[in-house]
Amino acid sequence: MNPSPTPPRLDTDALIDDRRTRIIVCCGSGGVGKTTAAAAIGLRAAQRGRHVVVLTVDPARRLAQAMGLSYLDNIPRPVDADFASGGSLHAMMLDMKRTFDEIVEAHADPDRAAQILANPFYQSLSSSFSGTQEYMAMEKLGQLHRTHEWDLIVVDTPPSRSALDFLDAPQRLGRFLDGRLIRLLTAPASPRRAYMKVLNAGFSIVTGTLTKVLGAQVLKDMQTFVTAFDTLFGGFRERAESTYRLLQTPGTAFIVVAAPEPDALREASYFVERLAGERMPLAGLILNRVHVPAAPRLSAARSIAAAETLENNHEMPNGAVEPAEPPRYALAAGVLRLHAERMQLAARERRVAEHFTAAHPTVPVVAVAAQPEDVHDLEGLRAIGLSLASRPVHG
Amino acid sequence: MRARDTDWEGVRLHVVTGKGGTGKTTVAAALALALAYDGRKVLLIEVEGRQGLARLFDCPPLPYAERKIGIGPGKEGRAGGDLYALAVDPEGALLDYLEMFYGIRHAGQALTRLGLVDFATTIAPGLSDVLRTGKATEATRRKAGGREVYDAVVMDAPPTGRIGRFLNVSVEVSGLARVGPVRTHADTVARVIRSPQTAVHFVTTLEEMPVQETLDGLTELRELGGIQLGGIFINMVRPDGVAEADLEAAAAGRADEAEIALGLKAAGLADSQVLAAELAVELAEHARHVALQERERRELAAAGQPRYELPAIADGIDLGGLYRLAEVLREQGAA
Repeated sequence: MNPSPTPPRLDTDALIDDRRTRIIVCCGSGGVGKTTAAAAIGLRAAQRGRHVVVLTVDPARRLAQAMGLSYLDNIPRPVDADFASGGSLHAMMLDMKRTFDEIVEAHADPDRAAQILANPFYQSLSSSFSGTQEYMAMEKLGQLHRTHEWDLIVVDTPPSRSALDFLDAPQRLGRFLDGRLIRLLTAPASPRRAYMKVLNAGFSIVTGTLTKVLGAQVLKDMQTFVTAFDTLFGGFRERAESTYRLLQTPGTAFIVVAAPEPDALREASYFVERLAGERMPLAGLILNRVHVPAAPRLSAARSIAAAETLENNHEMPNGAVEPAEPPRYALAAGVLRLHAERMQLAARERRVAEHFTAAHPTVPVVAVAAQPEDVHDLEGLRAIGLSLASRPVHG
Repeated sequence: MRARDTDWEGVRLHVVTGKGGTGKTTVAAALALALAYDGRKVLLIEVEGRQGLARLFDCPPLPYAERKIGIGPGKEGRAGGDLYALAVDPEGALLDYLEMFYGIRHAGQALTRLGLVDFATTIAPGLSDVLRTGKATEATRRKAGGREVYDAVVMDAPPTGRIGRFLNVSVEVSGLARVGPVRTHADTVARVIRSPQTAVHFVTTLEEMPVQETLDGLTELRELGGIQLGGIFINMVRPDGVAEADLEAAAAGRADEAEIALGLKAAGLADSQVLAAELAVELAEHARHVALQERERRELAAAGQPRYELPAIADGIDLGGLYRLAEVLREQGAA
């Protein structure tokens, strides 16, 4: 049998020390520590002299507090830490409704802007969670990039049902704008010739069905919205596409974050393939929350056997247990059982990580050990940044 | 055998939410299995298009159709029940809705080609939510021959961060549709969701972020009003055989290394001093983790909802593991 493949090591320090790296995108499924990883990378980059802004979509108060901020909002706030390196760190949290409103206000005349902001479809679109958050994350990323105020932007992606939604946002917008449905809805307000063209596509049947299903009022609101929004759409698409192209440039590095569990790594695998398909530059995988035994030489099997020996010794000295006596070696037996469990967990984690590497042998990986407690302060974030930069924890 | 009382007598639609990574899909499946006893018929619905159920039950991807996926655990001479599964996607739900209420499936397909589904998910996600919750409530209410087709429906719902919006369909849609058929549909869905027939369960692990999200989610649903809060399912609990006093000492950095070394030596392990020091490190980490978990457990207890604890399955979840979890849920009265 071939020995299990060893992946190349993801060198995050080299990545953040390279001044050409301008954007780091942390992606991965929910609950793998993506936001914390993004913050830790941002902090470490600032420690190493970069001017960094961390854009998070996660409203985790604890993370804000960990960075010494009482809360995060749509404006980059300076993190108060002494960077001897001359670097700096700002952090912000995406407020998608405000970001959307600002775009409308910036790109439409006041009357039209007011009309759009009051439309029920706009309100649903701008405040709902799915889809919009991805667009707005892209918009905000583009905005931050255009200010040239920071030389490194670290962003974590929205907790989408699948990590891939983030990449789909511009295309979905494009498909939507080019869609016949939009032309259909805007048709009544368009010149007669366009109207006739749509008529050929079965206009009456379709609007008839729409009216039946949605009701005439909904259809009317939709039409008003689409018509009022029409002039803004072009700019939206242009910016979404330019951000999309920005993500393909060598100045961008994608880091996939995953916990050593089958589901998270399956998602990570999809993402790696998808990034390759989109020609987006992948830096590597952070394998987060890996369990590392302190006594790796003692195998699970031997540990369990030893625990059993101790437990049996206590119970059967000729069938007589002295009642007053506390069980002998109970602590050692308990510790041995804990150790066995930890060894089994570590073995399982290694197996799923090996599956990933077998499928993606060239993807660099760095493992971060599970912390007994969550991150509460800059010190905790620093520790994670440090473990990203230090020697491998496995073998 | 006495008639069993479960904590959720009268609940027929079980909505299961939880932070990503807490095992929401696994717990939903285990709960559905647990409910499928004694010839009862249970439908398990996933709404996020992930095919997580197919993986869990080790079967090909589920189509948009209700199909039998397993049988519930029979016990003490009594039969199990039938478990059905369904993967709902917005497009299928839309076509279904058109056919069910208007008998116009073909027009629906034309709309799909025109991009109405894209439209629904892009411009008005509230519409796509109402279609998905609509399918679950329809299955809950469906009757044949004078009785309900399913004794219980379990929905693997979106994560905690989205659950309030997802369930508050009527309000979400009312902004869009003040009158009309979609509004009527949304109101029907909302009535079922806000009835005593429905309960919303939260899955969490004993970690800070999932617990915080659970508490936030409970508060959010309480504020929405009229939605019955369900149980808190504490997942992946790892029991240990270490005495409390020893844990406390270890958490404070005072693990009794000499005592451990004696035991290791008695068990015939070589190099017991060094090994004891290493194992003491593991014990200390474990003890700090346990202390943290106790804090989280107390926070969850303060929320005042029934709690269930599910053990971590050491070698990953397979079908056998699911049955074990289902058994645990029944023992604790969740089903």
